Amino acid sequence: MMADLAIRESQAQAKPAAGDALTQRLAVLPHPASGITAAARQDALARLEKMGLPGRRDEYWRFTNPGVFNDPVPAPIPVQTDANDSPLFEDIDRLRLVFVDGRFDAAASDALTGEGFQIDLLSAAEATASHWAGEVYGVLEANGQTPVSRPFAALNTFAATEGVLIRVSGQVARPVHIIHRRRSDAADVNLHHVLLLEEGSEFTLLETGMIGARSNIVIEADLRAGARLHHITAKLASHPKVGIGHIFARVAAKAQFKSFELSVNGRMMRHESVVDIAGDDAVAHVAAAVLGNTADGPFHHDNTVFITHAGERCESRQVYKKVLSDGAVGVFQGKILVKPGAQKTDGYQISQSLLLDGDSQFLAKPELEIYADDVKCSHGSTTGAIDETALFYLRSRGVPRERATVLLVLSFLAAALDEVENADLRERIAERLEEWLMHRAQNDRTQNPPA
Amino acid sequence: MADLATDAIEVREGVDRETVETVQNMGSYKYGWDTEIEMEYAPKGINEDIVRLISEKNEEPEWMLEWRLAAFRRWQTMTEPRWALLTYPEIDYQDQYYYARPKSMEVKPKSLDEVDPKLLATYEKLGIPLKEQMILAGVERGEDAGEERRVAVDAVFDSVSVGTTFKDELAKAGVIFCSISEAIREHPELVRKYLGSVVPQSDNFFATLNSAVFSDGSFVYVPPGVKCPMELSTYFRINAENTGQFERTLIICDKGAYVSYLEGCTAPKRDIAQLHAAVVEIVILEDAEVKYSTVQNWFPGDEEGKGGIYNFVTKRADCREARAKVMWTQVETGSAITWKYPSCILRGDDLSGEFYSIAIANNMQQADTGTKMIHLGKNSRSRIVSKGISAGKAQNTYRGLVTMHPRATNSRNYTQCDSLLIGDQCGAHTVPYIEVKNNSSRVEHEATTSKVDDDQLFYCRARGVGEEEAVALVVNGFCRDVLQALPMEFAMEAQSLVAISLEGSVG
Repeated sequence: MMADLAIRESQAQAKPAAGDALTQRLAVLPHPASGITAAARQDALARLEKMGLPGRRDEYWRFTNPGVFNDPVPAPIPVQTDANDSPLFEDIDRLRLVFVDGRFDAAASDALTGEGFQIDLLSAAEATASHWAGEVYGVLEANGQTPVSRPFAALNTFAATEGVLIRVSGQVARPVHIIHRRRSDAADVNLHHVLLLEEGSEFTLLETGMIGARSNIVIEADLRAGARLHHITAKLASHPKVGIGHIFARVAAKAQFKSFELSVNGRMMRHESVVDIAGDDAVAHVAAAVLGNTADGPFHHDNTVFITHAGERCESRQVYKKVLSDGAVGVFQGKILVKPGAQKTDGYQISQSLLLDGDSQFLAKPELEIYADDVKCSHGSTTGAIDETALFYLRSRGVPRERATVLLVLSFLAAALDEVENADLRERIAERLEEWLMHRAQNDRTQNPPA
Repeated sequence: MADLATDAIEVREGVDRETVETVQNMGSYKYGWDTEIEMEYAPKGINEDIVRLISEKNEEPEWMLEWRLAAFRRWQTMTEPRWALLTYPEIDYQDQYYYARPKSMEVKPKSLDEVDPKLLATYEKLGIPLKEQMILAGVERGEDAGEERRVAVDAVFDSVSVGTTFKDELAKAGVIFCSISEAIREHPELVRKYLGSVVPQSDNFFATLNSAVFSDGSFVYVPPGVKCPMELSTYFRINAENTGQFERTLIICDKGAYVSYLEGCTAPKRDIAQLHAAVVEIVILEDAEVKYSTVQNWFPGDEEGKGGIYNFVTKRADCREARAKVMWTQVETGSAITWKYPSCILRGDDLSGEFYSIAIANNMQQADTGTKMIHLGKNSRSRIVSKGISAGKAQNTYRGLVTMHPRATNSRNYTQCDSLLIGDQCGAHTVPYIEVKNNSSRVEHEATTSKVDDDQLFYCRARGVGEEEAVALVVNGFCRDVLQALPMEFAMEAQSLVAISLEGSVG
């Protein structure tokens, strides 16, 4: 199944100034030259050239330096195993898709068949004469470029070398699990997944593992009327990753989109969720629990969310929780845009950070832009240290300090984890998270024994 | 509308024109009339000669001129910021008068008695007491009843200060309250030390323009340990057509001193939008406290969005030393365009910064306003309460920044931004920036957006309260937190302004 499509080194095309960052970026970027997505890729390139790459002075990049995403090639990150990264979702029934440095590993994966859905690899589909994804690839990404441009998503549409294309027609109970593995130090991974959920269908997508020295992932999810998508990313491996991800979702009437991210560590991460609630009575929930310390080097994690309400009586929820220590930087930019006529909208957004020591930073921009009057929209944002009273309470009842801190961190993150609808999956994530926290607390103690 | 009304009302004997006008103006912009007075203009447009001319008219020393010219040269290299959620046609900076003064002010009047009666009448009509014996009527201090509340006023008419009241009495207390042009001449050491120290010449496009062409404004110096014996007030009036007003206010509150400062503004109804770019700088030293309250009621333009004031204002308070306090309160009901972010730099330790705001936008008005709380010192507290009300086709944005620097430990910020929408054609937006760089500080931000509660309206209506009145009542309740922060007579004015600004927005 390995994609052996014609991948060529695209030579720099006619560009403005020599030495221009985008020219340099494109010069070394391999991308498929032909196939069913050829037109979409050329459109994406045109968009990208119009937008240019973002710079430090871009308002949308106020809190995150896009430099590492602009670099033509990523700095190598040595492949290492993390003793604290035991696999997640191991014993549940699921369809496994294994990617090694962004390439599909057929031998390690399950067969690409399932009840109620059709699944293909992007590389394979492109070689065929016609495929449903040809009509869909890049469309939601293009729609998501206004009112704010997202150049790295266009770059991904142009240059993605692989991805999974899933078309769901039924109620699928068995999740598809994308597992990433690393083998080379310098892999620069561009993956583009497309999910099309037909009317009334239901689907769960899981993602775990370590991806490359740098990754750029785009997911386009088109939810037709009454469809339900559960998307869960859990990255519990500590490695100094550099990555940007975009999820573009279009949510039709009565459909439900739920996305949850658990992430620990990472040198420079940015995840953008762009959700367009197009139909009436639809629901969109996005949430993240993020933990960062700088044990493995610098930590910077950015969640950028843009939810557009165009339908009536829709509900959106954003729950973002970050636990930061040792100079870690957490960023949250969230926006609810309620278009004229999107009456009875219920929009909620909360972003909170727990700063475990004096060096960490939380930078937030929770935005509301509302053009309809009969709405209920609110946002809250708080930042502070761990509650000493709660800590004292636990300690006075004989709970050791590390354990007490872990418990308080878990309770802080609980509201984000609650956004995982499936109780079984939620409990597995919570258990693993607790293990991870205890393990880290013990590591901290061996490294910095109490005086 | 107004013309029709004039025809309809037959003026009976004994009823003066003013009463008729007052009746006509009720429920609309009350201050839309203009004063017919002979004016003296500088030539249209802006260039170094205009800057020199303004400086010369104000009889300024050489250093001041150099300061202005440096700002002007800087301004020419800058571009107008467009990041605010505001849409307005491009401003032609060469199609403005940068200096206009009543001809009668050519020779500076030595006292208020010498001021042109027409000018005094203008302020009288606006309800501003320029004659010292005229004290705001009807408002008495709660506790010491009988003693009337006194407010010293500096009145600015287009480009010049007309007069300042209670100067002698203030001087006895050591307080300097005069126009800034007078301060530049009489107290150059203070002006030189502090002017541009809070809002530097190069701060932003509009502040830099102001630095080059400001013609007048108010100056306040409160010496150490002095509690200013009365409230100080500046009243800005734009009268002349096609004229920008660029006033500059500088307030210095020395160690342990206290002053409460009020600012009001109006302008005539005109079809063509007028530019207003002001700068307010406040310096607060150890243990001192400044309260700055604004009721901004510039002409908002008509229902179709024609005319009105484009209000681009830079206001900033610098709490330089320990235990200083600043409180900004603003009621923004006027202006076609509002671009205004009164800010607090909390530099010392144990400071307090507060910002209370009501912004009302009706018809085609657009407001983009908020504050910045920049925490640099330790143990400081800041509080932001913002109430935005949108009606008609208006757009109202709260834009703010709270930043806790790494060394600003044990600090606290609480922000509350609430928006109220009246009608489905308007917009309410919130754009806060929150930057926390230490963990001993606590920062909380909450914002809500909702419409006028139907149950509350129904409750009022069921008790015989008219619809518009009911809306005004609910809105006033929504604004209560901010209204309470205003000095009393301002609070009363603000309450009725809230009602007037929203008229025509329901039904």
